[in-house]
Amino acid sequence: MSSTLTIATGTAASQRSAITEATWVRRALIALALAFLAAFLLLPLAAVFTEALRNGLGTYLEALTDPDALAAIRLTLIAAAIAVPANLVFGVAAAWAIAKHEFRGKTFLTTLIDLPFSVSPVVAGLIYVLMFGASGWARPLIDSVDLQIIFAVPGIVLATIFVTFPFVARELIPLMQEQGTDSEQVALSLGASGWQTFWHVTLPNVRWGLLYGVLLCNARAMGEFGAVSVVSGHIRGETNTMPLHVEILYNEYNFAAAFAVASLLALLALVTLAIKSFLEARHGAELARSHGH
Amino acid sequence: MEIRIQDITKRFAGFQALNGVDLDIADGELIALLGPSGSGKTTLLRIIAGLEFADAGRVLFGAEDMAARAVRERNVGFVFQHYALFKHMSVRDNVSFGLRMRPRRTRPAPAAIEARAEELLELVQLGGLGERYPHQLSGGQRQRVALARALAIEPRVLLLDEPFGALDAKVRKDLRRWLRELHQRIGTTTIFVTHDQEEALELADRVVIMNHGRIEQAGSVNEVYEHPASPFVFEFLGNTNILPASATGRELHIAGADRPLATDQIHPAGPLAVYVRPADLRVAEEGAHGIGVTVTAVQRTGALVRAEVRVDEGGETLSVELPHLHHDTARFVPGARLRLRLQLFSVYPDGATARAPATGGDALGVAATRERSRDYSIGA
Repeated sequence: MSSTLTIATGTAASQRSAITEATWVRRALIALALAFLAAFLLLPLAAVFTEALRNGLGTYLEALTDPDALAAIRLTLIAAAIAVPANLVFGVAAAWAIAKHEFRGKTFLTTLIDLPFSVSPVVAGLIYVLMFGASGWARPLIDSVDLQIIFAVPGIVLATIFVTFPFVARELIPLMQEQGTDSEQVALSLGASGWQTFWHVTLPNVRWGLLYGVLLCNARAMGEFGAVSVVSGHIRGETNTMPLHVEILYNEYNFAAAFAVASLLALLALVTLAIKSFLEARHGAELARSHGH
Repeated sequence: MEIRIQDITKRFAGFQALNGVDLDIADGELIALLGPSGSGKTTLLRIIAGLEFADAGRVLFGAEDMAARAVRERNVGFVFQHYALFKHMSVRDNVSFGLRMRPRRTRPAPAAIEARAEELLELVQLGGLGERYPHQLSGGQRQRVALARALAIEPRVLLLDEPFGALDAKVRKDLRRWLRELHQRIGTTTIFVTHDQEEALELADRVVIMNHGRIEQAGSVNEVYEHPASPFVFEFLGNTNILPASATGRELHIAGADRPLATDQIHPAGPLAVYVRPADLRVAEEGAHGIGVTVTAVQRTGALVRAEVRVDEGGETLSVELPHLHHDTARFVPGARLRLRLQLFSVYPDGATARAPATGGDALGVAATRERSRDYSIGA
């Protein structure tokens, strides 16, 4: 009897250790992960703010209130203010079409939406140069309306829209698919029109996911470097966005000013992260459906 | 609203969902579409609603052909299996949704809408819960909100897809009775889909039994239960024993019976199958004629005593049910040899169940005979 008991306990104990690691292994793994995070994320972030404030708050504010810096900030805000609402509308429309309707070429459209993620931003920028540049094939059209696109604000906005296109749609498609179309069918059977159904039923059901997508879209729109760099022409005070301005200042060895502007971008990232965490904590159940993480 | 369904056919990719369905539904009727999953019952309901369109055939509301009418123009109340309540809206807003979405010229004043919503919530016994949100309600309450929301538009017909499918047994029973009463009060033509025969028989005026995209039988509860038109209907409506048999003239030879059974009808020659419910089998008197069996197992389930028996000749396994106070239950002893007689049974040509689903032919055409108790000794 007692031997049976011993065997049973022995089995239980070995099962317990079978699904977990020894204490020192666990601690080592945690330490490794923390060290990695510190070295690659926290340290650079801290460095940005220390470097920005190295020469005192005065220099910091001076760098931010410099006319060129202000112009860069303004341009970044303009680009985001156009790109984000545009992608909000496109993204919602695309997600709605893909998730709630059946049509030919649906898979193709889904793949197309992902394209900006798989194409290098530099290539994205080059596409616009090839199209609207000095010898671009859309040149005659552009000239006829006397509109400067490349090395001007329209080009920057276009490149930003391209790069940030997938964020909203990608956020909404899985969410809408998961929710199915029962609610919409009910709304229609109750006499609602297509537009009423969308506005009163579909959209409210995905509002937190939508906010989340807009947030990510905005962070990328303000932080985009590659595509914008190609189409911008780097004209100070005119076609420089914040990330481009940081690069210029840095190349001029004006580290304090470069880091000061960079700190604004870092701050934006932190705010985005904070709102994102808040949304996840508050509406985690709804968002979790569209994310594995 | 009187509804006529004429020769409806619907095919999904590689799957014949409906295959020539005809059905007339009278105004104010409460009708059940009953069948196993894949029988086409939900597809038929969705076609009536306009959520799905038939490949061929017509749906008429009164005299009006619905072919060109989308779901929002049909004025039907559709209740989904999982209710599909608008979870971001309060219960009151859910109920008033249909009225609020009306075009301005037909929309009642806000106060009238409020009043109507409150009235409907009272009707479904949810008065005072208008401020709540769907996630704050129990399953049964959600079901009733969905019903109130559908009734708000004063639908011409109420369509319910598996209305009690997502509820536990106790709530289901209560809601069934409640829905029956509600229907008597409001009188709206109501069609509901279910795979639960008990639910269909208890609730509906008329039961439509579907299988493989066809109607096997449509009739009152008594008709379908007492006179099942096909082996499928017989089996779907309850426990079934099947005995192989053959016939000569008016005599039915059932495997294991010690003499032929005299019947009222002339059965076709060839193999037959006798279908009998466990509760319609009785133990014959000592020395009387019948089907010789040996009891293999006895089980008590509440008010019933069920014996599993093996037919001595042929080895078929049958099940026999008696009320627990019946004196014959004393003879249910494993190993005991008994003779059974049939009180009520149906005779179908053998292999009728194996009839291919799409070969055509009228489901009602399966030659079925239904007969009352006949004592073996009378036929002798």
